[in-house]
Amino acid sequence: MTSDGGEGTAARWYDDAAGPVVRPYAMTRGRTRAADEERLDLIALVVAEEFWAGHPEGAHAIVDPTLSPEHLDIADLARTEPRSIAELAAGLDLPVGVVRVLVGDLIDAGYVQVTRPVPPAELPAEDVLREVIEGLRAL
Amino acid sequence: MVFGRLDRGRKRPAAAPVALKILVAGGFGVGKTTLVGAVSEIQPLRTEELLTEAGRPVDDIDGVEGKHTTTVAMDFGRITLREDLVLYLFGTPGQQRFWFLWDELAQGALGAVVLADTRRLADCFAAVDYFERRGIAFTLAVNCFDGAERHPEEAVRDALDLDPHVPVVMCDARDRESAKDVLVSVVEHALASSAARRTAAV
Repeated sequence: MTSDGGEGTAARWYDDAAGPVVRPYAMTRGRTRAADEERLDLIALVVAEEFWAGHPEGAHAIVDPTLSPEHLDIADLARTEPRSIAELAAGLDLPVGVVRVLVGDLIDAGYVQVTRPVPPAELPAEDVLREVIEGLRAL
Repeated sequence: MVFGRLDRGRKRPAAAPVALKILVAGGFGVGKTTLVGAVSEIQPLRTEELLTEAGRPVDDIDGVEGKHTTTVAMDFGRITLREDLVLYLFGTPGQQRFWFLWDELAQGALGAVVLADTRRLADCFAAVDYFERRGIAFTLAVNCFDGAERHPEEAVRDALDLDPHVPVVMCDARDRESAKDVLVSVVEHALASSAARRTAAV
């Protein structure tokens, strides 16, 4: 650091306009794609595996040096109820692409599952559509 | 402490819900997020996607050449219809240049709402065109803003050159019942389209 780069300069630099101090894709170690990205649609639901979900400390009871705090935050959000990729991104204020990569890691490590019953390229079955209409009317 | 890796019984948790999505498209300021908020059980949430190189060929960055990333926001809401059936509503990004994001949003969508303001009808041409080309069932919902002149359904249909089977409904995007009716119309239309395709395939 140069002589004029004291604390005053640093304080001025870390403002909102400067953007995040940690570049989002640093959390993914530079990876921008998850292994099975096609399954990780915005509405793919992330569900915690039972073996840890019931632990009182939640995801923070998981001892795994390969996981970052962001991984554990995601796992914790998915612990109580299934959460979509979109909800996780909004809940943690992370870009969708980053959440996809981190969820991919959690799947690979066996901590969460992703459920995606309707293949993205297909339309839901007609009986499901009828149930949606009934459900909407009953709201 | 939990030391867990792999091999820990890959049992499927009980009854994972089915998740479905409906898109809400239309011009800037037409009331997309308002409509999502009127029926969503949660405050509309915002997800952001960082764009880097992808946006460059069309983004006008004259004078801001140092800016290599930009953020696209999508607002969305959720309706839990049943314990095992969840409907997500996504407001599409308004800017034309972010349409490549629509492709991802549109994939697997059961249908769409195109929200229109009769004072600026041209703003929804692009959305109508997009869903027509991709064969995605959509309902055209005219958001009846206070003070805007009312136009009969036929006039709107003609102005947009809509196919006869496309439903046109008048709505108030702020009103929950009205927004529900719009969504029911979308799903009914999707169901009818699906049935028609099945018949045609036989």
